[in-house]
Amino acid sequence: MSAEQNDIIIDVKGLRTAFGDNVIHDNLDLQVRRGEVIGIVGGSGTGKSVLLRTILGLKKPDAGRIKVFGIDFDELTPDERRVQERRWGVLFQDGALFSALTVAENIQVPYREHLHMNDQLMSELAGVKIAMVGLRAGAAGLYPSELSGGMKKRAGLARALAQDPEILFLDEPTAGLDPIGAAAFDELINDLTSTLGLTVFMVTHDLDSLYATCDRIAVLADRRVRLIGTMDDMLASDHPWIRSYFHGPRARAAAPKVK
Amino acid sequence: MLYIGGGAGIQSWSQARLRRNCPFERRVKLARCRHFSQFDACGGILTAAAFKFETLDGTLRLYAEGDWSIAFVSRIDEDLRRLAAATGQARAAVLDVTRLTRLDTSGAFVLHRMASAFEASGLAPRYEGLQSQHRTLLEKVSALESPPVSPVTRPPASLDVVERIGAGVRTFGRESLVVIEFLGAVVAAILDVIRHPSKLRVVPLVHHMEKAGFDALPLICLLTFLIGAVIAQQGASQLKQFGADVFTVNLITIIFLREVGLLLTAIIVAGRSGSAFTAEIGSMKMREEIDAMRTLGLDPMQMLIVPRVLALIIVLPLLTFVADIMGLIGGGVVAMTQLGMSPTVYIDRMRDSAVFWTFGVGILRAPFMALAIGLIGCRAGLDVTGSAESVGSQTTRSVVLSIFLVIVLDAMFAMFFTAVGL
Repeated sequence: MSAEQNDIIIDVKGLRTAFGDNVIHDNLDLQVRRGEVIGIVGGSGTGKSVLLRTILGLKKPDAGRIKVFGIDFDELTPDERRVQERRWGVLFQDGALFSALTVAENIQVPYREHLHMNDQLMSELAGVKIAMVGLRAGAAGLYPSELSGGMKKRAGLARALAQDPEILFLDEPTAGLDPIGAAAFDELINDLTSTLGLTVFMVTHDLDSLYATCDRIAVLADRRVRLIGTMDDMLASDHPWIRSYFHGPRARAAAPKVK
Repeated sequence: MLYIGGGAGIQSWSQARLRRNCPFERRVKLARCRHFSQFDACGGILTAAAFKFETLDGTLRLYAEGDWSIAFVSRIDEDLRRLAAATGQARAAVLDVTRLTRLDTSGAFVLHRMASAFEASGLAPRYEGLQSQHRTLLEKVSALESPPVSPVTRPPASLDVVERIGAGVRTFGRESLVVIEFLGAVVAAILDVIRHPSKLRVVPLVHHMEKAGFDALPLICLLTFLIGAVIAQQGASQLKQFGADVFTVNLITIIFLREVGLLLTAIIVAGRSGSAFTAEIGSMKMREEIDAMRTLGLDPMQMLIVPRVLALIIVLPLLTFVADIMGLIGGGVVAMTQLGMSPTVYIDRMRDSAVFWTFGVGILRAPFMALAIGLIGCRAGLDVTGSAESVGSQTTRSVVLSIFLVIVLDAMFAMFFTAVGL
């Protein structure tokens, strides 16, 4: 393995997914490098979330091969798979917090299940994660139904970070947040990636997030990755959908904010 | 190079012991090495977290080595705590992290906790051999204000029991008031519908009548037929001992028309439809559909609750009638096969034993029970809060409470009808 190949942390080749006759992806290739923040954009129904779920193994691909950490998860035994799955963290769109558990208990679930940690360390580490995502300490004892939308996202992020993952998957992290909350969330992601060296795979619609956090952007269109590259590459593209997305009125509003 | 300073009993830490005692970490390590020898950013193969320490010239030196990450850190946590509590005669402390291969937030937190503990004992700790990426992480973690979360404390069991009994009584009192208030609101809404028939939602009413009534027919027919047969069979075998087996017909007729037909039907409907009402309304409440209705100027009472309650009030007497017939047929089958009674004789004896009010006292209670079941089912649905768990617990509550109420009402009506001589 050359050094360059080794830098690819997620490698999707020839992926085909379909729901019945409805083909979502056909011959889709995507490579994500270690340590980068990649944003996945595309119109509604182009299968951004499906791609994320397929990489996570929550949906089976109809054809193609997916390697994460250089490992094809299909070749692993269930036990090995569980060990490897702990190396990534996922923030679902609405947080997907367990509604019967408090925020702190949500974060402690993996500690309790996998690590057989003593209670004292467990509560200290949960405190660290809660502070890290910018929740106040008082939120630890609250149940998900008592949290606001933004707090739910932060709590979900804290759970995703519980096991210090190498890859963080985010499904529309800023959807439903007010602009200030969304900007704070972007900053949080930037802060975490720079200190923890995370690779971030982010499905998003938020142009501000794309400008503020992403190193590269992959555009899903016509059932595959139509274009992958930096924001400059996006702006230079003449694909009609990409043009209208990155040159629309909202894009113009978002662009000057980031230099 | 293991020098021991500090309290006794701390000698036992070594990597060998740590490895031997953690089959899990070994598995992680094997899995990682197999797939991924270049896994670690520093290029080293992962080793479990470990530390050594020595005290030289009054300086406590802590050597951290290996992979200080979440997978391993809990193994050294307790030993580290003991070391932090027993620093001996040391006057200064050095945290030597030269041989640290990997550090994540959990490891950084534990390291930072050690430094803070040394600081608190006045040892003025400093790091040695700190790599730049570890430094950023340590700075980030030490900048956080992160009090440990306090686990939920439970009172002792004896107190807990008393507390729960008290809470239960208070809830019961509060809920009784709420249900009575709800009863008033529903009755007012139904009267309103009677005054202005245009307000009645006919389509949902018919829909719920079909779901709660027509769809329940097979189950109710089968169960009441079987219960009728069983009562007749048991009754016949007992009465035969006195040579009074012809009175089996009286037994089955009176018991079914007065009590069992209605009671069985009401219990089945409470289990089938009461729970469905709670779950339907509860999940609508959870998804804010009921709030959405209010903001659109729609009255959830008229849209959701009146059609359901009315449907039950209409359907339960009809179902009871069917249940009575099926129970009598079940009894008749047993009378024919076991007692050799002809259908004509069976029907004749039935006529002799029952008057209209035998049937009447049964069917008269049905609308009241329907009201109770519908009321409890809908109210429990409206009490659902945000979590998925509460839909489940409210559904259970609805079924338990409505069956309880059905039986209590039945007993009260039985006493009443006996008192008035029916």
